[in-house]
Amino acid sequence: MNAQTRTEMRELSYAEAIREAMDIALASDDRVILMGEDIGVYGGAFQVTGDLVEKYGTDRVMDTPISELGGAGVAVGAALTGLKPIFEFQFSDFAALAMEQIVNQAAKVRYMLGGSVSVPLVMRFPAGSGTGAAAQHSQSIEAWLGHVPGLKVVQPSTPEDVKGMLLAALEDPDPVMIFEHKILYKMKGHVPEGHYTTPIGKAAIRRAGKDLTIVATSLMVHKALAAAETLGPEGIDVEVIDLRTIRPMDRETVLASVRKTGRLICVYEGVKTLGVGAEISAMVAESDAFDFLDAPIVRLGGAECPIPYNPELEKAVVPQVPDILDAARNLAEGRI
Amino acid sequence: MADAATDTNTPYAIRTYSPQRLKDALHKMFLIRKFEEGAEDSYTRGLIHGTMHLSIGQEASAVGSCMSLSDEDKITSTHRGHGHCVAKDADLGKMFAEFFGKETGYCKGRGGSMHIADPSRGNLGANGIVGGGLPIAVGAALSAKRLGTGAVTVCFFGDGANNEGAFHESLNMAAVWKLPVVFVCENNRYGMSTSTARSTAVKQIAERAAAYSMPGVTVDGNDFSAVTEAVDAAVARARRGEGPSLVENMTYRWRGHSKSDRNRYRTKEEIAEWMERDPIVAMSKLLVDHKILTEAEVGALEEDAARIIREAIDFAAASPDPKIEEATRDVYTEGAAA
Repeated sequence: MNAQTRTEMRELSYAEAIREAMDIALASDDRVILMGEDIGVYGGAFQVTGDLVEKYGTDRVMDTPISELGGAGVAVGAALTGLKPIFEFQFSDFAALAMEQIVNQAAKVRYMLGGSVSVPLVMRFPAGSGTGAAAQHSQSIEAWLGHVPGLKVVQPSTPEDVKGMLLAALEDPDPVMIFEHKILYKMKGHVPEGHYTTPIGKAAIRRAGKDLTIVATSLMVHKALAAAETLGPEGIDVEVIDLRTIRPMDRETVLASVRKTGRLICVYEGVKTLGVGAEISAMVAESDAFDFLDAPIVRLGGAECPIPYNPELEKAVVPQVPDILDAARNLAEGRI
Repeated sequence: MADAATDTNTPYAIRTYSPQRLKDALHKMFLIRKFEEGAEDSYTRGLIHGTMHLSIGQEASAVGSCMSLSDEDKITSTHRGHGHCVAKDADLGKMFAEFFGKETGYCKGRGGSMHIADPSRGNLGANGIVGGGLPIAVGAALSAKRLGTGAVTVCFFGDGANNEGAFHESLNMAAVWKLPVVFVCENNRYGMSTSTARSTAVKQIAERAAAYSMPGVTVDGNDFSAVTEAVDAAVARARRGEGPSLVENMTYRWRGHSKSDRNRYRTKEEIAEWMERDPIVAMSKLLVDHKILTEAEVGALEEDAARIIREAIDFAAASPDPKIEEATRDVYTEGAAA
């Protein structure tokens, strides 16, 4: 096995891939700092920063007090004045405490000041359900931020993408919000070595198919792929699109797929109503791709409730593989 | 001035600053007053829409707090921020153009009164959110420390902001990390209609500094020399790497909170009493008493300020409006990575 093949085979977990991206950034650019709660010696609540503090010290891997609003604001101010902070929320839910600085400041400063400044800020949000942490530690709030012009919002679903998108975010002069599903942290996958970027605003076709399009985000991409594997032998050839970025959304990739398959299911973990799937559906309905639809669009999203604690309830309130199978069969067989 | 410089009975500002800098300071105070009056007049004449928050009566706080700052040093400001911009050497024409919503304004007509900024002069901007600038100022100070620029950030905020969580989080972090930031509270006694007596558990906001292990001092915010002495000491401390301070400038806004204010929460007598303590009259007297200016020269400074504001208004009025089709420009950086 030659060196190149070994590189291609190299696998890292999603969390390790994030850490490697931050390591590369810290090593190559003095302006990069990490900020967050317990990201130093503790290594982060999900061990994403790990031992980076040992390599870069507490001035660059900064534990903040439990002050989400203030900490986020410090990151905004630092980004405005020459640093490139990567700010970790311990759980994405805690960003509710910092919404003022994210929405009123980071997102708007550039515009409010007539384009005379930019805010090269990266924020990381451990997100999603499935850990038994209940309603205040399990939400998927990406659509909240996706509604705000001035922010870019990404949801990488693979170790390779999360590394490349984090490095792309650092090169971006505008604030980029990275939603990392907590269930993905331990997922392993191929990760190229060294520095590379994965473009923000470009979806990826994870599986080509001709009968039905599933547009999914984050963890739901993997559920959609699992469903597609089952559906294939049944004669339903599913195309799975990993949206990757919800703002700005990759309109062309989605529309082209719908024109081809004529059927669309949107699968996302955030609350279904007024969520990412509503935007995708509207995007299709407002375009020429609408004429290619052979059936109504189906949205599978979070239920109309907070995330419950009981493990069976917790599973029941977000889309699961059987839900996707049911929706796909109903669509393909003309029952919808 | 050598004698005055060593005489401790001489007010601090007279001892410390050259006659020229003191004249410039008074000129800036006149500029702020005339700017605000010009803004009010333009509003009345229908040339400005939206609202505005005037700082007439607070000029000594704005100018005095910026005396020892250079263009490298930063400020963050508030919704009542016109004075801070002028103190940090903003261009009056671009300020008025912004007020008028013109493409030639500081924010190209996108920001208006509450978002005027001039990063080239270290002015990181006014802020429409009470307390919004506090953590941003701490972040600017973090950059200065990390990048070794030697810059100090002066963070203006009002008495209303001291009850926001952002105030407490910011002071705590600035102290924990020993950052070069000076928190300047302009206590004009009311957050809109609610007095500090009704809103704030401590008598003086400077007392809150103790909770964050930093020096806190309350001064007469209408006394230019007192403001300068307190803020200069805090800036010097920050420059020495000894960390943040809190300075509370007691002052008063002569006008209402904004254009919607019916002034039902304070008396005419109270307003009249504070108008007797006009910081510009006091500064003029200080400079005349110390033979830095004659009465006639004070009058000439005021007249010059009025002329500059008239020209600024003319520039704004003659400037083009932004193009409708460019309403969504500058949300994102053009040609950015993504």
